[in-house]
Amino acid sequence: MALLEIRNLHVSTEDGTEIVRGIDLSVDTDEVHAIMGPNGSGKSTLAYALMGHPAYQITEGDILLDGESILELEADERARRGLFLAFQYPHAVPGVTVASFLRTAINATRKAKAGGEDDPIKIPEFRKQLDAAMKQLKVPKEMAGRYLNDGFSGGEKKRVEILQMALLDPRLAILDETDSGLDIDALRIVAGGVRELVGPAMGALVITHYQRILNYIKPDFVHVFVDGRIVREGGPELAEQLEAEGYEAFTPEPVGGEA
Amino acid sequence: MATTETQVVGEIGNEYRYGFHDPEDYFFKSGRGLTREVVAAISEHKNEPQWMRDFRLKSLEYFEARPMPTWGGDLSGIDFDNIYYYIKPTETQAKSWEDLPPDIKQTWDRLGIPEAERKFLAGVGAQYESEVVYHKLQADLEAKGVLFLDMDSGLREHEELVRQYFGTIIPQNDNKFAALNSAVWSGGSFIYVPPGVSIEMPLQAYFRINAENMGQFERTLIIVDEGAYVHYVEGCTAPIYTTDSLHSAVVEIIVKPGARCRYTTIQNWSNNVYNLVTKRAVAYENATMEWVDGNLGSKQTMKYPAIWLMGEGAHGEVLSIAFAGDGQHQDAGGKAVHVAPNTSSVITSKSISKNGGRSSYRGLLEVAKGAHGARSKVVCDALILDEDSRTDTYPYIRIDENDVDIGHEATVSKIGEEQLFYLMSRGLSEAEAAAMIVSGFVEPITKELPLEYAVEMNRLIQLQMEGSVG
Repeated sequence: MALLEIRNLHVSTEDGTEIVRGIDLSVDTDEVHAIMGPNGSGKSTLAYALMGHPAYQITEGDILLDGESILELEADERARRGLFLAFQYPHAVPGVTVASFLRTAINATRKAKAGGEDDPIKIPEFRKQLDAAMKQLKVPKEMAGRYLNDGFSGGEKKRVEILQMALLDPRLAILDETDSGLDIDALRIVAGGVRELVGPAMGALVITHYQRILNYIKPDFVHVFVDGRIVREGGPELAEQLEAEGYEAFTPEPVGGEA
Repeated sequence: MATTETQVVGEIGNEYRYGFHDPEDYFFKSGRGLTREVVAAISEHKNEPQWMRDFRLKSLEYFEARPMPTWGGDLSGIDFDNIYYYIKPTETQAKSWEDLPPDIKQTWDRLGIPEAERKFLAGVGAQYESEVVYHKLQADLEAKGVLFLDMDSGLREHEELVRQYFGTIIPQNDNKFAALNSAVWSGGSFIYVPPGVSIEMPLQAYFRINAENMGQFERTLIIVDEGAYVHYVEGCTAPIYTTDSLHSAVVEIIVKPGARCRYTTIQNWSNNVYNLVTKRAVAYENATMEWVDGNLGSKQTMKYPAIWLMGEGAHGEVLSIAFAGDGQHQDAGGKAVHVAPNTSSVITSKSISKNGGRSSYRGLLEVAKGAHGARSKVVCDALILDEDSRTDTYPYIRIDENDVDIGHEATVSKIGEEQLFYLMSRGLSEAEAAAMIVSGFVEPITKELPLEYAVEMNRLIQLQMEGSVG
């Protein structure tokens, strides 16, 4: 039984437009899967649907975590079971510091793990974990006291997403275009941080437009995602082929093509 | 930290925790309704000088002559004939908590006041119904000449000082409710800080209404002499009754040259209290006056703390939070009047409306002719949590001077689905996520509060957020 199993998943927006049109995918711990696709192919919709965004409807298929369907679960319950989504565009929460937010989030997960009993992390222990993770991801110390994503640069936001991932200790991390907005040094640090966490306790699903990030987070499997479907699957060599040839080669012929 | 977020969240779903009431066993209780006889009896009972008795009776005439205000909130539910205007709970004022009657002592214990006094207050006064029942000031401050008394004792023991300032900042005919207070006032604080004395820990007053249909009309006068500093904090609670109570206070503050005064209110009246308060301060050369005003409770609040900037270089700030839930209307804001040159003011208002609640910002910014170089900034941010709730902004601006720098910003926002989803994706429940967004929204104000009050404010917001989403 895989950690995450996606079965024949169809996802529509509120106005009924189908964006994800039937995909099957299994991700286990100690595995990195890359989903590569052009802009507008539905990659972010897939990420949101996995996390339980209320604006997206699952019209067919199922999502299983540890063999159990999570379709009925709200985003917070999915998070407490170990799903994590690093957002492409993280939202600002003015007035709430990164540290205070992280402590609240950690305590929410700890409470779930303790069977609904409060089990707050001790402040010195939290400080220690936070300092260590910030150091590793080269996030400047003063970021802990800044308001979450409020006035952050694109790169700062992405680093703080990965910082959250490191501290919340998920079992399956979905990274939605984490590479966009990062310069090459930041990309190396962020990717290193992700790679470090992947292991017997965590698997990762890396959603990306470019192959760039995959140079640093070596994927075990690559899935090419075009127009709401997985059109090709393979190993890391597929990413290189994509980079060389572009998505054109993978785009299905338009039906009754006019071109 | 005294309270963790999880403890706070655990309390969501509890009732208004100040809603208990004690049995009524009073030393003196006036009849219902307001007459010359009632006003004269209050003055008689307090053994006041003739000038105060005359002041009260004249004020009653002003009160009767003035029509009910038709702007602001809906005050039609106030039945002046059904209110008790004066209740004296005990015969004498206590100097220690142990000396209070057991039921009143228990009230303060439940509100956590004795503990607060020990931990972080330089002095405390506690008013129960019409009278201050407990009063204490640290001995070293007393030795420095600081006066911190209830207003009645202030009048008895420092009559000349009181007579010099009483009713000079807010005239008895200023508005209908100031006139009412001037007629029937009882209790409140009288503070005098001598020149150059800086009181590091806050002085606190705690106001509690216990009886049904009670009117509480405390009167506060604060004089901060040259170069001195004081921070005064007040908290207010009441039980929940089916019929309404009235709280109508008057607060007058004089901040002399180079002095600074901060006045913090956390108003958490139960949702059947009309809270109609007139607060005004004057600030002289290079003085600073700051109002920090948190309105969480009450049925209808109308309160606009004002600062008159009378001396060159004076600075005024009003920080106001209003939280309006089901059946509540918070009509709050601030006023800054620039009379002298090179004065500055900042008014920051944050309001939250939910479950059909209504919050209004009502403010006045006035710059008189000759107040050149005046600078002022007004920022009003409103957060609406659902479709049934409402927010309004009424910013009045009158400028009679050309050389001024005035800024006004107003925003209205809703808690976005995307923002909620983002926080929920980190394991926070929808209610926790919404409470976090609200706490962040008011953070510019809570960070100005002493830590214990900031924790309390956040806790109250969490409680207010109960059932507001989902």
